[in-house]
Amino acid sequence: MSDIASRTNTLARFDVAAIRGQFPILQRPSHGKPVAFLDSAASAQKPQSVIDAVAETYETQYANVHRGVYELSERTSMAYEAVRGKTKGLINAAHDDEIIFTSGTTESINLVAQSWGRANLGPGDEVLITEMEHHSNIVPWQLLRDELGIVLKVVPFDEDGVLIMDAFEKMLSNRSKLVSVVQVSNALGTILPIREITALAHAAGALVLVDGAQGIPHVGTDVRAINCDFYAFSGHKLYGPSGIGALYGKRDVLAELPPWKGGGDMILSVTFEKTEFAAPPHRFEAGTPNIAGTIGLGAAVDWFVSLDPEGLAAHEDDLLAYGTERLSDVPGLRIVGTAPDKAAVISFVLDYAHPHDIGTVLDQYGVAVRTGHHCAQPVMDHFNVPATVRASFGAYSNRGDIDSLIEALVEVQELFG
Amino acid sequence: MSELRDLYQEVILDHSRSPRNFGHHEPSNREAKGHNPLCGDKFKVYALVKDGIVKDVSFEGRGCAISTASASLMTELLKGLFEKDARKMFERFHDVVTGDKDEELDSALDKLNVLAGVRGYPMRVKCATLAWHTLKAALDDTDDTVVTE
Repeated sequence: MSDIASRTNTLARFDVAAIRGQFPILQRPSHGKPVAFLDSAASAQKPQSVIDAVAETYETQYANVHRGVYELSERTSMAYEAVRGKTKGLINAAHDDEIIFTSGTTESINLVAQSWGRANLGPGDEVLITEMEHHSNIVPWQLLRDELGIVLKVVPFDEDGVLIMDAFEKMLSNRSKLVSVVQVSNALGTILPIREITALAHAAGALVLVDGAQGIPHVGTDVRAINCDFYAFSGHKLYGPSGIGALYGKRDVLAELPPWKGGGDMILSVTFEKTEFAAPPHRFEAGTPNIAGTIGLGAAVDWFVSLDPEGLAAHEDDLLAYGTERLSDVPGLRIVGTAPDKAAVISFVLDYAHPHDIGTVLDQYGVAVRTGHHCAQPVMDHFNVPATVRASFGAYSNRGDIDSLIEALVEVQELFG
Repeated sequence: MSELRDLYQEVILDHSRSPRNFGHHEPSNREAKGHNPLCGDKFKVYALVKDGIVKDVSFEGRGCAISTASASLMTELLKGLFEKDARKMFERFHDVVTGDKDEELDSALDKLNVLAGVRGYPMRVKCATLAWHTLKAALDDTDDTVVTE
């Protein structure tokens, strides 16, 4: 069988209608119309199994974790810790204790900056990021720059939104201590060659942190194949609850890191003279965690890994190709971010209407898109636009959602064109 | 779609396509920057205030149809007013777009009624108010960038 025929079969087997049926929110109309939810890159909707897992936690097995000796607390603790194993499996980490629960990608990156960064960086040390980072992978390093005098280097991308690897190689030096890089750009959809980036960074003696917020739901992740030292992601973009995410760190790297928040559950013993800290991952998880959210994340991981990964990839590629083709036919429309290697995200501008006005019109047609700078203002500056409209797709998206978008854009053209 | 026509009335579309008093009118003796970080809209507003009278108002920058039209309408409405009356109009304008007070509008403000449509779009009220907040800051002569978020 040819590659194309095989891909067509894979796509045909991926049952989008059945997937949509698992998302209650997609059954509810918006402005009296079926909702075309095209903002999964901001936050994905939740399947019934995730909603049920959160509700059932509170209904049947809720108590604080790691504290009580009674049945409820034990069951909750076991359910909570089991999610570490599920998360390990999702990203192919080697050990459960390499998974630290956080509130999400932003907190994960801040953990690395505040714990690893403050312990390992000094004046003149270099942290490399890219021009297409989300603000959450810019600001934590600027805070450290102002505090410690580190140097923040920004690797540029070209007019298609492709990272300029030659520039990256040239910017690496023996002062480079960390390369903190996005796996998939949220504003442009560009998929970065993170294995190659990691190999180059390691050769220069730098550690690597990957911001996987957009990568994990779209391109899959194998942290051992990437060989990155840290990997950050959020549950809510992976069809799980908001307010929960994780930081993966290699066991030997985490072992050396000091705590970054003090409190309960991160200690071995406390006296007024001295505190001994718990081993990773608990050393980095002070206070009562997001218990139900974590269990919900576990349900989201179960749901996500139940999907056929090849089917999902073929499905999202199909939506990207179909969406790109339909949008390219809209007069005056320019797609921002045209990398050959791209995830299911399409940013665009119209030369006669501002993204905010476009968003308001689309909303009246039940079409939900993100409009704005996508927390990536340097990307907007690069393309000299104040904002873009972004349509992003998930497992439940279908061609009909894109057709609704195109239909609503006709009204935009009538109003503003 | 009729709801959209209530928001994007012809006057709004006209002012957004051809904003009045666009570009820095000189001389001016008051200015301020306004920024809506949610949508990236940025405006700079200039005013010439002399003998307690707002002699001239102009603006530059870029934004959506609502924020541009509102800025343009503002320059037309405030030019020539006593400063104290301009400040009063700011309050009235705020009531119009937020719907806080449903009072009868006097003739000078009738023009502003075209912006009342944003009441139905809470996320867009900040677009309509951006230039006005900025002008108020210019009259107050504060240096800080105005942020509507």
